[in-house]
Amino acid sequence: MTWKQMFTSSVGKKLIMGFTGIFLILFLIIHVALNACIWANDGGKMFTQGAHFMGSTVVPRILEIGLFAGFILHVIQGIMLEIDNRKARGKVQYAVNFGNKGSKWYSRSMGLLGTIILLFLIMHIYHFWLPNRANQGFLLGEEIDLYATMKETFSNLWIVILYVLGCISLGYHLAHGFQSAFRTMGVHNKRYLSMVTTIGYAFSIIVPLAFALMPISFYLGWIQ
Amino acid sequence: MEHYNMNLNLKVWRQKNSNTKGSFKMYRVENISSEMSFLEMFDVLNEQLIEVGEDPIAFDHDCREGICGACSMYIDGKPHGPWHGNTTCQLHMRAFKDGDTIVVEPWRASAFPVIKDLVVDRTAFDRIIQAGGYISVNTGNAVDGNALPINKDKADASFDAAMCIGCGACVAACKNSSAMLFLSAKVSHLALLPQGEPERKSRVLDMVAQMDKEGFGSCTNTGACEATCPKEISISYIAQLNSEYLLAGLTKE
Ligand code: HEM
Ligand code: SF4
Ligand code: FES
Repeated sequence: MTWKQMFTSSVGKKLIMGFTGIFLILFLIIHVALNACIWANDGGKMFTQGAHFMGSTVVPRILEIGLFAGFILHVIQGIMLEIDNRKARGKVQYAVNFGNKGSKWYSRSMGLLGTIILLFLIMHIYHFWLPNRANQGFLLGEEIDLYATMKETFSNLWIVILYVLGCISLGYHLAHGFQSAFRTMGVHNKRYLSMVTTIGYAFSIIVPLAFALMPISFYLGWIQ
Repeated sequence: MEHYNMNLNLKVWRQKNSNTKGSFKMYRVENISSEMSFLEMFDVLNEQLIEVGEDPIAFDHDCREGICGACSMYIDGKPHGPWHGNTTCQLHMRAFKDGDTIVVEPWRASAFPVIKDLVVDRTAFDRIIQAGGYISVNTGNAVDGNALPINKDKADASFDAAMCIGCGACVAACKNSSAMLFLSAKVSHLALLPQGEPERKSRVLDMVAQMDKEGFGSCTNTGACEATCPKEISISYIAQLNSEYLLAGLTKE
């Protein structure tokens, strides 16, 4: 048994999805908590302090590299799984489909939901991360005023709508993904499974909802 | 349950062999009793076809009592038809009503190629079992059954997993054609018992490797398999398989 054999089998590939998925969930917790500082409604003072720490301190910047690696691994492995799984199904499709009688639509659409999230992320990085890091020379240089950038970006209704759609996709991706990741990692005790399922549904509603409320809050002028 | 007769339209997949392309054909059967089994209804249809000199529809069946796992029919979008926890041979015509059109297809999976009409080649499952779904026992006198203490909960869980009849409905229902419910039942039922302990790690690794070689997909944990399994094998056995795999993968030389 080599490491390569372990992580390239059908079960091993899913282990990569599960571990990176949980890692991305941990990132979401930090991201949503920090961004929630905009609701202090203090003209962005608290938020800017937090963002400044994340953007210009060595440790978070090193962790950021890990985050990108995690995302890339999750996306590439996800696309490869989607291709493998379609091949396993074969060319001839069923005339009538089992559909909703046995499984939830979003559990069967993880690839599609992931792709929507990926498109959203490209736009999101282009809005904030890229201009900020470019200004810093990609090292620890001077940051731009992210709070002002947010205010400006979210004054456009179309961008707000795209952000909300991105959050809805994330919500459904997590509604299945959260509990699925724990199953993939081998949690089979019924007590733990029911706990993970409940926490997963709560997480998949609360976190994307909080994210979606951020552009909405700016657009509707709830925060200044 | 009141007895009634019905006339039905059947839309059945016909395919000469694995090299030809198949297509659906419409058939009509009349005066079918609600007491008949689904396979008996197919027997009636085949008699009809033989009488007019047509090739009868090939379908798999053996025990006709829900224990062998041979009867693989995908009926109206669900393996083994509309009833829960049931095989095609145990599906009775009272599940349908007069005038219904029933669509019957073979299992669809690259690892289960169609041999003829509704018969698919499921020997991939046999090869997965050969890769590790057994325990090695030396010849000699059989050991007394009660000599080995086994925890009752584990014995029950093992027995639940051992209910799997290898029918392949889980593969047929899965969007990925994944064999993980089958595999997890076979791995768990031995992993839970002391007799399965010596080969525990190599078993799960070898069986997963064989499953991949056969061309089954990965598991997305959608639950479509559990919902269609005639033996109601729980999807949590898949999580158990994952933990067996993770442990074996991390600790085996
Ligand atoms: C913040 C963003 C994301 C988070 C938190 C996340 C989280 C997760 C989690 C927890 C799972 C379940 C893993 C498992 O079943 O073991 C998963 C599955 C999946 N993710 Fe993501 N994901 C994200 C973004 C993406 C993106 C951008 C893609 C792009 C392709 C993607 C594609 C997939 C696919 C295809 C699966 C299903 C794999 C399978 O079971 O067949 N995800 N994700
Ligand atoms: S797990 Fe259930 S559906 Fe799958 S082969 Fe076994 S009995 Fe059939
Ligand atoms: S014919 Fe044996 S289970 Fe149906």
